[in-house]
Amino acid sequence: MGRYVLRRLLQMIPVFIGTTFLIFVMVHALGDPVNALFGDKAPDPAVAAQIRAQYNLNDPLWLQYVKYMGNLFRWDFGNTFSGQTVTSLLATAYPATLKLTAVAFTIEVVFGISFGLISGLRRGGVADNSVLILTLVVISIPTFVTGYVLQYLVGVKWGILPATAGDPLTLQSLLLPGIVLASVSLAYVARLTRTTVAENSKADYVRTATAKGLPRRRVVINHLLRNSLIPVVTFLGTDLGALMGGALVTERIFNIHGVGFYLYQGIVRQNSNTVVGFVTILVIVFLAANLLVDLLYAVLDPRIRYA
Amino acid sequence: MPAATRARWAVIAATSLALVVTGCSSSSNSSSSGGTNSAGVVTAWWGDPQNPLEPANTNEVNGGAVLNMIFTGLVSYDPKTSKANNANADSITSTDQQNWTVKLKPGWKFSDGTPVTASSYVDAWNYGALVTNKQVNASFFGYIDGFNDVAPATGAPKAQTMSGLKVVDDNTFTVALSQKFSTWPQTLGYSAYYPLPKTFFSNHAGYLNQPIGNGPYEIASWTRSQKMQLRPNTQYSGTIKPQNGGIDLKVYTDTNAAYADLQSGNLDVDNGVPNSALKTIQSDLNGRYLNQPAGIIQTISFPLYQANWSTDNAKLVRQGISMAIDRATITKVVFTGTRTPATEWTSPVLGAAGGYQAGICGDACNYDPAKAKALIQQGGGIPGGQLTISYNADGPHKEWVDATCNSINNAMGNTTSCVGRPVGTFADFRNQITSKQMTGAFRTGWQMDYPLIQDFLQPVYTTDGSSNDSHYSNQQFDALVSQANAQPDPANSVKDFQTAEKMLATDMPAIPLWYQNGTVGWSSKVSNVMLDPFSVPVYTSITVK
Repeated sequence: MGRYVLRRLLQMIPVFIGTTFLIFVMVHALGDPVNALFGDKAPDPAVAAQIRAQYNLNDPLWLQYVKYMGNLFRWDFGNTFSGQTVTSLLATAYPATLKLTAVAFTIEVVFGISFGLISGLRRGGVADNSVLILTLVVISIPTFVTGYVLQYLVGVKWGILPATAGDPLTLQSLLLPGIVLASVSLAYVARLTRTTVAENSKADYVRTATAKGLPRRRVVINHLLRNSLIPVVTFLGTDLGALMGGALVTERIFNIHGVGFYLYQGIVRQNSNTVVGFVTILVIVFLAANLLVDLLYAVLDPRIRYA
Repeated sequence: MPAATRARWAVIAATSLALVVTGCSSSSNSSSSGGTNSAGVVTAWWGDPQNPLEPANTNEVNGGAVLNMIFTGLVSYDPKTSKANNANADSITSTDQQNWTVKLKPGWKFSDGTPVTASSYVDAWNYGALVTNKQVNASFFGYIDGFNDVAPATGAPKAQTMSGLKVVDDNTFTVALSQKFSTWPQTLGYSAYYPLPKTFFSNHAGYLNQPIGNGPYEIASWTRSQKMQLRPNTQYSGTIKPQNGGIDLKVYTDTNAAYADLQSGNLDVDNGVPNSALKTIQSDLNGRYLNQPAGIIQTISFPLYQANWSTDNAKLVRQGISMAIDRATITKVVFTGTRTPATEWTSPVLGAAGGYQAGICGDACNYDPAKAKALIQQGGGIPGGQLTISYNADGPHKEWVDATCNSINNAMGNTTSCVGRPVGTFADFRNQITSKQMTGAFRTGWQMDYPLIQDFLQPVYTTDGSSNDSHYSNQQFDALVSQANAQPDPANSVKDFQTAEKMLATDMPAIPLWYQNGTVGWSSKVSNVMLDPFSVPVYTSITVK
């Protein structure tokens, strides 16, 4: 197990370097950011030259990357054009996104698995059919449509929940964006759970458990659900990273100053420090989530062993 | 540990972690509902400033809005008439239109209690001009003697301060300009010319976290990229006192989110109204909406540095293209009335006394497809056979560029006469313009820095103008601008500028399209919401019901 984890961690290094370099190149392919600082006006050449020198923009690209990575290992992510350190942005943005992701993840897990369990146990019933239709609708509508529609109806028209989250973030204000962010994944979780529950309910061990005279509650929760959750946990693990990425759209709609906000602003203002810094952390989150999922397999299914 | 327990643990751990993380947030939900509170505080839309909040380093509307509230310059502009009035200055006088004496009103203080003196201005201007300080507005000090020593085009600065600035006593300083400039005092309301307190120089990092000024408001707190609370400055000595208990600026990631907040009562003043809301805004807000021209003009410029665009015949082609654009329809349909068709190269906010005169462009700006086609053909057709209009695709430009091209195509009776050419990002777009890579037409916009006809003409159309993107060069035009700047009488000065402007109608280095309007919507809790000529709300006058 320990050697396996070590090997996985070592594999992360080339992945990490590769992705950061790609992002770095892509941001630079957008062109010289200094002109945009001057708006519709022509920049003063002397001042523009000074700013280029400050951000190493006169160096060849590979040297800029080496300098950037050198600073990164000293935990210096560089500065934005507004003079803030990217580390301070990370410190404000990630907690916000994490809160949103946590709310969405909770909704996804609780409702996704319950819906899936109910429809899996009562196949062909009214509950099953309505869950099927509902998930079909949710999957086929893009997140930003659900976002704006729910914001208008719940937030503006009926005034049940706050229309935007703002500052400070409260659980109440994160409920609506959480539902929007969770909706698509929730539908997948429900369908996945339904399929595996339906499959496993005919398995021998369930019949044995029922024959033993165990109460139905214990059969369903301890035997059926536990074995049905293995593929669901895989999905949830990878989805945790996807949720943080998907928060980009949701955060903009509901004015949450998280990763999505800073990434968007960084791209629009072509600040490579911000973009690369935020993506770097996102990459680490993805890698860690994947590793965690693989380790969870062994916990859920004793037959799986890592050498 | 039995397998069953382990499995349950895994699921519970995942969900409870989520609850713990969000749990921390729900404890601090004291009074986050926004909107107006009992102390008469107004919440207003805001965006994250692009640059650090230094007066000479702020050239966009978000940083500008704050600086406007926390600073009062030598002069300030009347929000209705755009007229420049002395604010912190007692008098600004000159006998030769080139050497100026500035006298300050005594007794003014910064919000930290330190006095505003002549050195507050001189030090601030020297800081703004010095090239190693990398201030984006450094070029605004270019008229002052000695600017080339502190900001040489290449190499290290030869001096740390400009020779043209001299402190006489605590309340007086003199300014020597490198050329005659009779309307120079009226330019001094621009944010680059604000004074700076001593602490700016002694504790620069601390200052940037909480800027200090001499204006009607002071910054009470600022959470970067989230919100800023401004409260009335008790040390303020000026006449434009705040009529409310303060302004809370809220950073929005998206204009639609702000509009949703405005409608649900969590936001009081929204001057970032999204285009998608314009059609319904009157009924959404029961008429609490203002749409008025601002000092911004949109134009289409031509690369006069390209041989085929610099001929005399090309002038006729440019006039023809201008006549082929149906401005009235495009502003109505594409912009829902938030643009006003342009008939000259300045802006209506200048007023007649300031130099705005409708119709200077003459027939060339009137829609006349038949004559347009005739003129273009007389000029030998569009150079290269097809007109391209370049624009930055990351801004809201595709719609109107396509509409403009359609209008030109219809006039020419040819569906390929004109096409839009998107450039990925604004930075790249500006890069291609400043490095003279354009081969066809491209969109340009000009937002005034101060309400003067000089600001619309000199930087944009004189041969060595700092923003002459089309590289237009006409010695007669240059001479008239210099003559206008030397006129001691403002009325004569304006007349000379207008004579110069008339030359643009024949040379047509840039086609005037339309004036951009400022828009603002507000909640039922506030009143007296106005926009100044820079399309920024006049925060001081807003009252809370």
